[in-house]
Amino acid sequence: MEKIQRVSYTNLERNFQEVERPLTNQEAREESNRCLYCYDAPCIKACPTGIDIPTFIKKIASGNMLGSAKTIMSANPVGASCARVCPTEELCEGACVLNHSTKPIMIGMLQRHSTDWAIKNEQTLFEPGTTNGKSVAIVGGGPAGLSAARELARLGYEVTIFEAADKAGGLNTYGIVSFRLPQSISYWEVEQVERLNVTIKTNTRVGKDVSVEDLLKGFDCIVLAAGMAHVPHLGIEGEELEGVYDAIEFVKSTKSGSLTKDFVGKRAVVIGAGNTAIDGATCSVRLGAENVKILYRRSEEEMTAYDFEYEFAKQDGVEFRWLTAPKRIIGNEHGKVTGIECIKMNLGDAGQDGRRRPIPIEGSEYVLPVDAVIKAIGQTRHLELIEQFGLQHDDGVVQVNKETYQTSNPNIYACGDVVFGKGKGDAMVVTAAQQGKLAAYSIHRQFTTVSTGR
Amino acid sequence: MADLRINLAGIKSPNPFWLASAPPTNSGYQVQRAFDAGWGGAVWKTLGDPILNVSSRFAAIGFNGQRVAGFNNIELITDRPLDVNLKEIYETKKRFPNHAIIASLMVEPKQEKWHEIVKRVEDVGVDGLELNFGCPHGMAERGMGSASGQVPSLVERQTYWVKEAAKTPVIVKLTPNITDITATAEAACNGGADAISMINTINSLMGVDLDSWNTIPHVAGKGAHGGYCGPAVKPIALNMVAECARHAHINVPISGIGGISNWQDAVEFMLMGATGVQICTAAMHHGFRIVEDMIDGLNHYLDAKGIKSVSEIIGKSVPRYSDWGNLDLNYNIVAKINNDVCINCNKCHIACEDTSHQCIDMLTDENGLSYLKVREEDCVGCNLCSIVCPVDGAIDMVEAHRELPPMTWNERQKVLSLTTECKIDSNK
Repeated sequence: MEKIQRVSYTNLERNFQEVERPLTNQEAREESNRCLYCYDAPCIKACPTGIDIPTFIKKIASGNMLGSAKTIMSANPVGASCARVCPTEELCEGACVLNHSTKPIMIGMLQRHSTDWAIKNEQTLFEPGTTNGKSVAIVGGGPAGLSAARELARLGYEVTIFEAADKAGGLNTYGIVSFRLPQSISYWEVEQVERLNVTIKTNTRVGKDVSVEDLLKGFDCIVLAAGMAHVPHLGIEGEELEGVYDAIEFVKSTKSGSLTKDFVGKRAVVIGAGNTAIDGATCSVRLGAENVKILYRRSEEEMTAYDFEYEFAKQDGVEFRWLTAPKRIIGNEHGKVTGIECIKMNLGDAGQDGRRRPIPIEGSEYVLPVDAVIKAIGQTRHLELIEQFGLQHDDGVVQVNKETYQTSNPNIYACGDVVFGKGKGDAMVVTAAQQGKLAAYSIHRQFTTVSTGR
Repeated sequence: MADLRINLAGIKSPNPFWLASAPPTNSGYQVQRAFDAGWGGAVWKTLGDPILNVSSRFAAIGFNGQRVAGFNNIELITDRPLDVNLKEIYETKKRFPNHAIIASLMVEPKQEKWHEIVKRVEDVGVDGLELNFGCPHGMAERGMGSASGQVPSLVERQTYWVKEAAKTPVIVKLTPNITDITATAEAACNGGADAISMINTINSLMGVDLDSWNTIPHVAGKGAHGGYCGPAVKPIALNMVAECARHAHINVPISGIGGISNWQDAVEFMLMGATGVQICTAAMHHGFRIVEDMIDGLNHYLDAKGIKSVSEIIGKSVPRYSDWGNLDLNYNIVAKINNDVCINCNKCHIACEDTSHQCIDMLTDENGLSYLKVREEDCVGCNLCSIVCPVDGAIDMVEAHRELPPMTWNERQKVLSLTTECKIDSNK
């Protein structure tokens, strides 16, 4: 049988088209009719935003596509993105009762079918609420910020989002590879929020283009949903060389304008084995790199990437080098990367986070010849911004009341990656969306309680 | 959002979705739960002299993995004391003054029996009455239900008795276990019915167990026919509603019943003349919550069509339903196979070749690939190929060139009779 070519070296754009094809109408009809329409369904409970999954699927079956899309999007303002990026087998699909009898419903694909319908048919799903005269500033237009904005606008608040980047959408617009999540999907979600009269000020970094004081003075309430910043330094020699990339910026560059041809035929390594590392590696492959390796100082077991991501990377031909840490990056006389010196590791006892700590094996150093090094070892926090707001934080993780998302300043709420820290749950898009919703409801409660109390 | 309110012979409800008289409307607890879920009305489980029920009552048939394509029951009317039901109706109506509560009634065909029960249920504030002339099992053996409903004179007379006493609108519920439902529908009208509802369940035996040779269901090794309902009966019900809707002497509102499972089914019944619909099996399969999508889907449908009120669609398709003799004999459609969509299962070929008009050829192209092609000149437009085709869009039935102007069988016969007369004349 003829082998299907997964990556084209001549047409890079093709490599960045959405990989998974949508369900046909017929597939969606058959699959939706297979759903049992469980009562008190476990899939709903497994969804961080609590989408009424059996209902949206039933609506596909009955031909009520608008109702289906509304059911999804009312619970999750970034439900079209989540249909593509959620680790469904760990969430809704993992909870599907049919896992015990046949096979689970393709909930993510059906969710995509409905939201695709709404996108294609240019539906406006929600209306702004009656203006209540209160204003809210939202710092950051990613999943958490958009979600808070959407709910606040529906409750009648005048909402302004301050977004540092060129476009809103955050991770969905810039951080998730376009072959899993095309930008158009994220733009549509942003547009849905804008249609509720939410003002989005792009290219506006709070703390630089607009001051924290102005926000505190100018708005009744603030939601800090700034996400996270760049990838931290490895702290090794050679990091400044040409050919060393921040994975976040690297993925972003594949979603902003034309694709670079610099990777064609090259060898790349990615440091780290989280979600972003996978994205960095698969992007490298799809930019035409001849060989891509992921270097991880721990083992397969400790890797934080999802199983489906790991699978996808392997399918793309990414190699994994476990128990391998970078020691220094080697460059040539032109300041370009030519290699990376690695050292083998052993796993010692578990550290504070419960994961076994890697210990270098002395004398095990070796050099891998490479042309590019992509750093994906986590993200730094917007420490300066958090301090400008004067918020209590733990190493850059903003401290919030776990129920209300209120920070140490009662007029400032925080949600999304700025509050994610060790032991505070998974930093998933869907969780950020839910936190945005909850923060919005808390704000509404704060204002409505105060006004009735008077 | 469109206006979903309906007014069926003076009975008003916030939407056209009523629960039919059946197990889901057995008690105040259930009906109140249903109203909380969004149902616009409920026809209370039939009231009458208390009965005894048997154990093992329902059965269903699935179809290729889908459960409950059809449903059957041998449960009788309410087995709860009349007083208890009346008290709960009163309480439910008090809590839900804007929802429709209709009392379904079944008593012996005696004037005083009808007068008595009508008075008692109207005293607790029902919005209307539905006379159960339809139940095909059990009660029919005692001369009630479909036993009354199959005899037009009994339908007329009992309706008349009820109308003598009733102050609220009277709906007569008809049985489909009859050759021509318009006969009993007309009888109901003659008796003074304010509305008719149809269909009640169809006589059925769900199956026989291949190992035990027992009927399905069986009661201690014995079975009796039950009443059949659910999605499988919808086409039968839809036709009966349509036949009544287009009948010159049946001029009362119709409450449509029979296999309605979602908003699309409801729209079809309303287009064919129903003012509102009653639902049971779908609720028994999935719970009262299904009404949410019925309301939501209907709303979105009406909005998309730019229709302001659901009442505007009532009967809109009735003029398009007629006798065979009024169909255009010269209208032509033919099958077109879209080879780029076709998956080459050849089901259309064999269906046509063996059982229809032998007009789909299995051919091979220059590359040795097989494909299917319709010989349009031989195609009669029967639709069979498109019916058995498993793929959306692989076979279209398209309007073909019309060689002759429209002419129906009736017109043709008329013309022929004229020419015959002319011939006779010319022979004189």
